[in-house]
Amino acid sequence: MPFPIAGVELSSRFFLGTAGYPSPLVLEQAIRASGAEVVTVGLKRQLAQGCGKPVSNPQGQGYFEIIRQSGARLLPNTAGCHTAAEAITLAQMAREVFDTHWIKLEVIGDTYTLQPDPFELVNAAAELVKQGFEVFPYCTDDLVTCNRLLDAGCRVLMPWGAPIGSGQGLLNPYALRTLRERLPDVPLIVDAGIGSPMDAVQAMELGFDAVLLNSAVSSAHDPVLMAEAFRLGIEAGRKAWQAGIMAEQDMAVATTPVTGRPFVLA
Amino acid sequence: MNTIRITVNGVEHTVAASSTLQDLLDTLRPEAEPGAPIASAVNGTHVARQARATLVLQDRDAITTFEPITGG
Repeated sequence: MPFPIAGVELSSRFFLGTAGYPSPLVLEQAIRASGAEVVTVGLKRQLAQGCGKPVSNPQGQGYFEIIRQSGARLLPNTAGCHTAAEAITLAQMAREVFDTHWIKLEVIGDTYTLQPDPFELVNAAAELVKQGFEVFPYCTDDLVTCNRLLDAGCRVLMPWGAPIGSGQGLLNPYALRTLRERLPDVPLIVDAGIGSPMDAVQAMELGFDAVLLNSAVSSAHDPVLMAEAFRLGIEAGRKAWQAGIMAEQDMAVATTPVTGRPFVLA
Repeated sequence: MNTIRITVNGVEHTVAASSTLQDLLDTLRPEAEPGAPIASAVNGTHVARQARATLVLQDRDAITTFEPITGG
């Protein structure tokens, strides 16, 4: 069933990153297998070369054409930025290059964990919203930070599950559950840290609207098959959330409606 | 010919004093197709594509150029 996010209707709740695939062909097949309608892209400062030489990047143009031809909606990121000013400039460039006002806003505060800097993030988000961007902020799972991002004009939040590329899954389900409960009407996307389809299922069972991941697919032995596995997991988790998961019990509760012991007539 | 010294992605270049940003990009990317995706900034400020032809470079300007890549 289509769901609204940032003013558009999407059918797939799987947002897929495009980095680190073994070949453009594998990326193309993985996008198709994932069913993703939104894929993330980036901008990189060109490596300086001598005058008269075209500048190219092995992760650049060949892949970019594949991504364009996939028909997926592009979500450029501001990876590598450590200040609001850097992120704002890169977002402006991304809007020009990718022809979209969507931006996955990343402002890193710690190079070891790649944890977002909440202060710079909120400042950048506020300015970019003023400039007409649809900001998808990559943030921590801190409720107050998320509220400040909403105050700044964000209509979507993308809290981390775990540090980028770590594959550790959802390190703090309590915080994510709290976000869902306190922000019931805000589209929430778990971004980063997902390692296996089980993590994606968990995120969806917590009531998150979508999952964004990259390394778990691109680093798999068979990225195309893993993309399909995640697609199925995300669909299963969403259906489970909608269906209503039974409450856990400490003790056994008999399932079969027998009367006492079946061979003892009392 | 009067010249100025600038940096492009951290590397020093000498160009004519009246060069525009578009002139510079045309020199650096002679084989690029018109409209090929590239973004540019001068001294950390984004310069929109349509403004490149009128932005005259100044001595010591730092130019950075960006291209699309895959990303997560």
